Amino acid sequence: MNFCVAEEVVVRVGEKSILDRVSVSIEPGEWVSVVGPNGAGKTTLLSVMAGLRAASGKIFIGGRDLKELSSRERARLLAYVPQHPEIPPGMRVGSYVLLGRTPHLSFLGMEGPEDFRLVEQVLEQFDLATLGQRTLDSLSGGELQRCHLARAIAQATPIIFFDEPTAALDLGHQQQALERIRRLREEHQVTVVTTMHDLTLASQYCDRMILMSEGQIAADGTPSEVLDPDRLSDLYGAHVKVLNVDDHLVVIPVVERYELG
Amino acid sequence: MRLLRDGSRDASTFSDNLRVSEYLIGFAAIIAAAGAALLTGPAGIEKTGVLAELLDQVPFVSIDSGLSSIQKNILWQIRLPRVVLGALVGATLAVSGASYQAVFRNPLADPYLLGAAAGAGLGATVAIVTGSGDGIGTFDLVPLLAFVGALIAVALTYSLGYSSGTQRSPAALLLAGVAVASFLTAIQTFIQQQNVDTIRQVYSWILGRLTTASWDEVSLLAPYALVSTLLILVYRRALDVMRLGDVEASSVGIRPQLVRLVVICAASLGTAAAVAVSGLIAFVGLIVPHTVRLLAGASNRIVLPLSILFGAAFLVLVDLLGRSLASPAEIPLGVITAFCGAPFFVVLLRSSKRTLG
Repeated sequence: MNFCVAEEVVVRVGEKSILDRVSVSIEPGEWVSVVGPNGAGKTTLLSVMAGLRAASGKIFIGGRDLKELSSRERARLLAYVPQHPEIPPGMRVGSYVLLGRTPHLSFLGMEGPEDFRLVEQVLEQFDLATLGQRTLDSLSGGELQRCHLARAIAQATPIIFFDEPTAALDLGHQQQALERIRRLREEHQVTVVTTMHDLTLASQYCDRMILMSEGQIAADGTPSEVLDPDRLSDLYGAHVKVLNVDDHLVVIPVVERYELG
Repeated sequence: MRLLRDGSRDASTFSDNLRVSEYLIGFAAIIAAAGAALLTGPAGIEKTGVLAELLDQVPFVSIDSGLSSIQKNILWQIRLPRVVLGALVGATLAVSGASYQAVFRNPLADPYLLGAAAGAGLGATVAIVTGSGDGIGTFDLVPLLAFVGALIAVALTYSLGYSSGTQRSPAALLLAGVAVASFLTAIQTFIQQQNVDTIRQVYSWILGRLTTASWDEVSLLAPYALVSTLLILVYRRALDVMRLGDVEASSVGIRPQLVRLVVICAASLGTAAAVAVSGLIAFVGLIVPHTVRLLAGASNRIVLPLSILFGAAFLVLVDLLGRSLASPAEIPLGVITAFCGAPFFVVLLRSSKRTLG
């Protein structure tokens, strides 16, 4: 059974179609990367599938129509980490991660021992245990990224949407962030949907890529199916080569004068 | 006050719920302020007599205070209602200010942000210049018209702010508040200019006062203060989630528009009722929540309950200063809150390592 399904999703702003009858279906446990040039509609697709942006068409998560779920029910099914999450000044790391428990508390409820236990585990898992009392505004970019992931994991949902999880991170932190997502996917059996700019990184971690262009799906399949140099050159308006290095796909832009042989 | 804990890994310390010790400090502040206010006054009643009279109220304790019946009347019918009213007004304005700051995520937000002050000012001015402020029979129209004026102003702001575009952003609401406040203030100033003989009365109301405090006014404000405060406290954790911004708050299952609507309604109702009985007391809704934030932390689960306790203590103390410093004359409360509160706040702001959030 497909776990997350979008049917004929349309988003318009004025005359312009941001998403034009997009249909996607995602299997349980899959890691799907939505890629494409700037303005292709990647972030919009992600926020529509996460139920955070209104759109026509239908979204089903676990067989249930997203529009028929309450916001709490929805938040127990899916977590969403935006590209630039808010950093509330003065908020401690531990308190921030605990906010991920919100959909599991009753209306008036406060966190209980079970929430504390889970958050302690999550902090441990993300090497944040010693930073629990630090405030978010005192952390480095890499540490902050771990806090955002930790909050999404504390939400304990079967599906997580990450919008550009590696944006603004250096090479090492990019790889660490994606490794963590890979591990938590294996340990918690979560379905992961990310948008990504770096096609090489995306191809190394995800099972499936959805290439978008101008609000439509241009290609959908395994990285080797999607990363066709001619297609990429056409869509990105750049000269692109796709190399195979030790069974890993590497996408590089190439200046014509120095074309590799 | 709360210190940042060292490297404790115990997740229960992250919950940001108020600790018993912090409640106790807040209540101690109220008792100290109320005690000082009850013991002080122009009637010059013996302090020991007042203490004995207060202790006499404790169950199973019987002490003859030696106070005359007039002195007892002054204590129970003048000083005590004034202390209780001051505490209610202070608590309501402080918690309303804190909740406006939370829903708008704006440290400059205060309870008068959406036009409550301008509406109340217009209502009170109309009541005073038409002479109904002197009472129709025994009924004083000033608080009623001030209350209605404040509520109409906030309702107007809310409907304008939310009809201004599809975005429904808090910024649109703030701008609508500025427009409504300027418009109503213009009308109020015009009416005031046309009725110069009542200008002194209007002015004294605008600067805030508890001179007319009585049990009647306490019973007028108490139900609104209670309902408004309880509603705001119910949403204290949701308001912490709202610190993540609307998109992320809704991704963890909170409905930001709904929380904003309920909290703004509750805070406005409380503010309107407080303004109706006390006039416009400025700064309480800014200084108290920010002081709490700087001393104890930015979480709304700390700021909201502590603002109630310290707002109450603060205004009782300010009123005590207002009626003692230039006794027998009284200094308007707004003057004292600004004169003492602003420098204190600047010192705190410069010395604090915490952030305002």
